[in-house]
Amino acid sequence: MQQKLKMILVKNLHKTYGKVTALNNLSFTVNDGEIFGVIGPDGSGKTSLFRILASVLLPNSGSAEMNGLSVSKDFKKIRNIIGYMPGRFSLYQDLSVEENLKFFATIFSTTIEENYHLIKDIYQQIEPFKKRRAGALSGGMKQKLALSCALIHKPEVLILDEPTTGVDPVSRKEFWDMLKRLKSEGITILVSTAYMDEAGLCDRIALMREGNFIATDTPQNIINSYNETLLAVQTENMSASLSDLRNHPKVKTCFAFGNQHHITVHADLSISDLQHYLNEKGYSTVEIKAIEPTVEDCFMALTNNP
Amino acid sequence: MNENKVIEVSKLTKKFGNFTAVDHISFDVRKGEIFGFLGANGAGKTTAMQMLCGISKPTSGKGTVAGFDILKENEKIKHNIGYMSQKFSLYEDLKVWENIRLFGGIYGMKENEINEKTDELLYRLKFEKERDTMVKSLPLGWKQKLAFSVAIFHTPQIVFLDEPTGGVDPAMRRQFWEMIYEASDQGITVFVTTHYMDEAEYCNRVSIMVDGRIDALDTPINLKEMYLAQSMDEVFRKLARKATRVEN
Repeated sequence: MQQKLKMILVKNLHKTYGKVTALNNLSFTVNDGEIFGVIGPDGSGKTSLFRILASVLLPNSGSAEMNGLSVSKDFKKIRNIIGYMPGRFSLYQDLSVEENLKFFATIFSTTIEENYHLIKDIYQQIEPFKKRRAGALSGGMKQKLALSCALIHKPEVLILDEPTTGVDPVSRKEFWDMLKRLKSEGITILVSTAYMDEAGLCDRIALMREGNFIATDTPQNIINSYNETLLAVQTENMSASLSDLRNHPKVKTCFAFGNQHHITVHADLSISDLQHYLNEKGYSTVEIKAIEPTVEDCFMALTNNP
Repeated sequence: MNENKVIEVSKLTKKFGNFTAVDHISFDVRKGEIFGFLGANGAGKTTAMQMLCGISKPTSGKGTVAGFDILKENEKIKHNIGYMSQKFSLYEDLKVWENIRLFGGIYGMKENEINEKTDELLYRLKFEKERDTMVKSLPLGWKQKLAFSVAIFHTPQIVFLDEPTGGVDPAMRRQFWEMIYEASDQGITVFVTTHYMDEAEYCNRVSIMVDGRIDALDTPINLKEMYLAQSMDEVFRKLARKATRVEN
C-alpha cells in the first residue's frame, strides 16, 4: 500500500514581528483528504500560519509545501490549488454577490457552472440575494459567500481562518456539516478555531499556543494522553464552592465548566474525602464523579504546566 | 421605577421598513442579576441591545433602563451604563492609564476621583507595571480584563457585555467570568450575550431570542427542565431550530 500522501508539509516555520515571535519553528504535516484543525486562542499564531500557507505572507525561515509546491517559490501555482478564506471578510463590498463569485471564477479561468456542484448547498442559501452588494450582507451570508468564492476553482486544499468566530451554535453546526461534505469530495481542509468544542469534528488537531503546537494528534489520542485525575463537582452553591475547592490542599486546579466544576486533584485524594470536606464546609447537596476530559480540559492542563 | 428592576421593557419593537427586527419583547432584569441574552445570529439581539443602550430609538413599545425612559432620556441612560464588546472596547494606541482616564472623563468623573480609582484599579488587577504600556501590546486576556474594568470604572448601574469572551484562552475566559461575578456581588447588573453555551449556565437567568421575539426566559435549571434538556446547548438548539426567518 502506498503511504498516505502528505498534502501539507511544514518544516521549521518561523515568523517574527519585531520582538514578537508569532511562529516558533513549527513543523507538521497534513494528510490528503484530512480535516486538520488548528485550535488556540486569539494571538496564538493561527492567522500568521494560515497566511504563510496561503502564500500571502513570507516566513523568516523554514519551509512549507502544498502538494509538493513551495509556498514561497511556487506561489503562482499554489494559488491555483488552494482556496483561502481569511478571518476578515475580504471580498469586494461594492460588487454584488453574483459579481463577486463570477470575478473569482474568472480569475481562475473557470465558470460558476463548471464547479457549481461544489458550492450548490452553500450558494443556494444566498442565491435569493444575488443582486445585493456584498457589503450589505449579514455576517452569516458574507461567510457563505466567502466560502463559495474560495471553492469556485475546485481547490485541492481549503484554508479557513476562524470561519465560525462569532457564529451561533446552530449555524456553527451547519457549517461543520458543510465541511464534512467537502471532505467527502476529496478536499483537504485546514481550519482554525478558538472554540474547543469543535475539535471533535476534525480528523486531527493541533493545540496552538504562543506560536507553538503544544499537542498534535487525533482528538481521541489527545484525550487519552491526558494524565491528570479529573473530577466533576456539583454543589448547591456553585460560585462559593469554586473558592472552597481551590482552598483544598489536594486540589490542583478548579475551573467552572457550565453547570459543573472540573477539578484536577492529587491522585491520593478520594472522592469520599472530598465529599466529606465539602459537607464540612456546609454544602448539603454534593455530587462528585470521575470524568473523561474534554479537549478544553486537555488544553488547560497543557497550558497550566510551565 | 421599581427599585429592584434595573431594566423594564414592554412590547419593545424595532422595524426597518417591512422587516421587524425586534418584535414586541417584554422582560425585566433585577439589580445585581447576571442576565444572559442569547439568540442565533440575526435573531435581533444586537438591535435590542442598541435600544436598551439608548443608541437606537424603538419603533414602538416602552421601557426604562437604569431608571430612565428609553424613548425620552436616552442620553441619561448612556451615562448610567457601561458597555464592552469584543470588537470595540479600548483604544489600542493609548496607554493603559490613558484609556482609563479617557473613559472616566467621558462618563463625567472628576479628575481626582479618576486618579484615585486608577491607582486602586491597577493595584487590584496587579497591573501597576503596565500603567504606561500601550494597550495594543498587552496580551489579549489582559486587554479583556482591562476592558471590563474600564466599562465598570464609573460604577454604572448596569453593564452591557456583547460577546466579551470570543476567542479568549479557556482559563482566561473563566477568570473573566469570575470578574463578572464580583461585579454582580457589588450590585452591578450584568447583561451579557455569548455564543458559548457553558457560559449560559453561569447566568442567573437567560433569555433566548428567536425571530425577533423572546421565546424563553428563565433560570438555566428551569429552562433545562422545561425543554427536557441536559445542557443549555441543547435548550438553545431546540429553540433556535424553530426559527423561520431567513437571515438577511
